Amino acid sequence: MGSITLSNVKKAFGDTVVIPSIDLEVNNGEFVVFVGPSGCGKSTLLRMIAGLEDTSGGTIAIDGQDVTDLSAAKRGLAMVFQSYALYPHMTVRKNIAFPLKMAGLPAVEVDKRVAAAANVLNLNDYLDRRPGQLSGGQRQRVAIGRAIVREPTAFLFDEPLSNLDAALRVNMRLEISELHQTLGTTMIYVTHDQVEAMTMADKIVVLQAGRVEQVGSPLDLYRNPRNKFVAGFIGSPKMNFIDGEEAAKENAATIGIRPEHIELSTESGRWKGTVAVSEHLGSDTFVYVNVDGVGHLTARVEGERPVSHGDTVWLSPVAGRIHRFDAQDMTL
Amino acid sequence: MARAVNNKRRAVVTLIAWAVGIAIFFPILYTVLTSFKTEAEAVASPPSFLFFDWTLENYAEVQERSNYFLHFLNSVVISLGSTVLGLIIAVPAAWSMAFFPKKRTKDILMWMLSTKMLPPVGVLVPIYLLFRDASLLDTRTGLVIVLTMINLPIIVWMIFTYFKEIPGEILEAARMDGANLWDEVVYVLTPMAIPGIASTLLLNIILAWNEAFWTLNLTAAKAAPLTAFIASYSSPEGLFYAKLSAASTMAIAPILILGWFSQKQLVRGLTFGAVK
Ligand SMILES: Nc1ncnc2c1ncn2[C@@H]1O[C@H](COP(=O)(O)OP(=O)(O)OP(=O)(O)O)[C@@H](O)[C@H]1O
Ligand SMILES: [Mg+2]
Repeated sequence: MGSITLSNVKKAFGDTVVIPSIDLEVNNGEFVVFVGPSGCGKSTLLRMIAGLEDTSGGTIAIDGQDVTDLSAAKRGLAMVFQSYALYPHMTVRKNIAFPLKMAGLPAVEVDKRVAAAANVLNLNDYLDRRPGQLSGGQRQRVAIGRAIVREPTAFLFDEPLSNLDAALRVNMRLEISELHQTLGTTMIYVTHDQVEAMTMADKIVVLQAGRVEQVGSPLDLYRNPRNKFVAGFIGSPKMNFIDGEEAAKENAATIGIRPEHIELSTESGRWKGTVAVSEHLGSDTFVYVNVDGVGHLTARVEGERPVSHGDTVWLSPVAGRIHRFDAQDMTL
Repeated sequence: MARAVNNKRRAVVTLIAWAVGIAIFFPILYTVLTSFKTEAEAVASPPSFLFFDWTLENYAEVQERSNYFLHFLNSVVISLGSTVLGLIIAVPAAWSMAFFPKKRTKDILMWMLSTKMLPPVGVLVPIYLLFRDASLLDTRTGLVIVLTMINLPIIVWMIFTYFKEIPGEILEAARMDGANLWDEVVYVLTPMAIPGIASTLLLNIILAWNEAFWTLNLTAAKAAPLTAFIASYSSPEGLFYAKLSAASTMAIAPILILGWFSQKQLVRGLTFGAVK
């Protein structure tokens, strides 16, 4: 089992309030991702769940049991750190075995579990090396190995992939998702990369300045963002926002259109503009267009489109894909 | 061409290094040489450097006149005792300051260092009186206490610096892995800090071994370490250079040997973090 409940959890460092109050329910077996801009309190929240940081108020419960005052060692959670935090003086084998040793398991059982974890994570060839002799990806695998051997109630990840290069990041992302499928254990994953959030999560928690802006499935947040912040944060490239006259036509203070919901034409359309930059990715083309009286708009069109700097183009929003926001930035 | 210039430069640098090395080492070398001369040759002018009648009589006489082994034992007890006691106090102190810093931690560290800026003679009288009233004069216990206090700031600072090098996340990882405070210190913190603690230990033994102000002022005979043993040959019946040199050589030999065998450890410890 591994359900985690936060009720009215607060955190302040001295006079600085980092988290005013958060209520959150993480169900057993869920993959929950905390996303938000830098400094919004993601790590702080995760560390409070881990027990590495005291709460300034509220309660944290794991499987219905109040653990607010329980030490990190006694919460039965495992954590993977951004810096990997491996023990440099121990071999990979000893690193992975460490939590089992702390739990006082018999040596035979320890060996069995370490071997199993090494198999799953392709670490068999490295068991007798020190962390210093491993690449970043291998270190990350060891950190994950150390987390899984103990069969924890839940896994906590704090930006585990941000030190890896792009290709490896995609690989490890898949591996972690697969691991979640196999183990079925609750995972809480912190990232500021919304692509990681969208691809891995069952449930995304969008945070801003220590507040929960919205909780929902990736597609739920994509289709029905509760406010302008969430709308702008989820999706890549970022949603276009237009205010003024064009928004007023839709009875809104601001309207938002995702780049993939803009049609681009070289003949006619709703807004006429000039191409500033076009990025050709092969599968898609991102076109940045200056439109008089509207501003800069980004359009994402499929495939290779022969537009370049200075070309005149017309843009039109896809019907039914316009998001409308009021003056308080809430979705209408 | 380039290689020739390089070689020339290397030769010059090597020469300078040797010159500096010899200049620094010369007093010790000369002391050792003098210890093998007769008193007459020791003060002869111009001094003979290698071609004199080598003799061991100074060593025999020094050993006869005073009990070298008692002083040696005193030095060992005092330097080891004060170092171990200092570490026992400093490790937890540095640990709490490095991993649980409070608002005033930096101030406390600076304050501890500032005590090293006070000339020791400034507190000689009060400490002497305290020692007298506590019957600690001329006792090993007294010297262990005073040398511990003298060197404690340095020990705390060194260990604090080594602990600071250990990323806090590694200790947090241990906590997440179910380690209690004891496990954390025994299995993670200490093994990682061993090189630093070892070099602190060595350096402090050397400092305590060579300490002369307090050992001379607070001892008379029973607890006097080797520093007092050397000093006893510079007075009162006038100077006996050869015997003084023999005593000095006997006093510095143990620490020189210790330093020689642990030089790698010492250098590694003193540059910890700077080169990685
Ligand atoms: N020990 C501390 N003392 C004071 N303020 C802190 C402390 N730790 C974090 N903060 C503050 O709390 C806020 C949230 O920090 P946190 O590390 O949780 O952000 P984050 O969302 O994880 O950001 P990032 O994406 O950059 O990792 C920040 O404004 C930070 O300055
Ligand atoms: Mg963070």
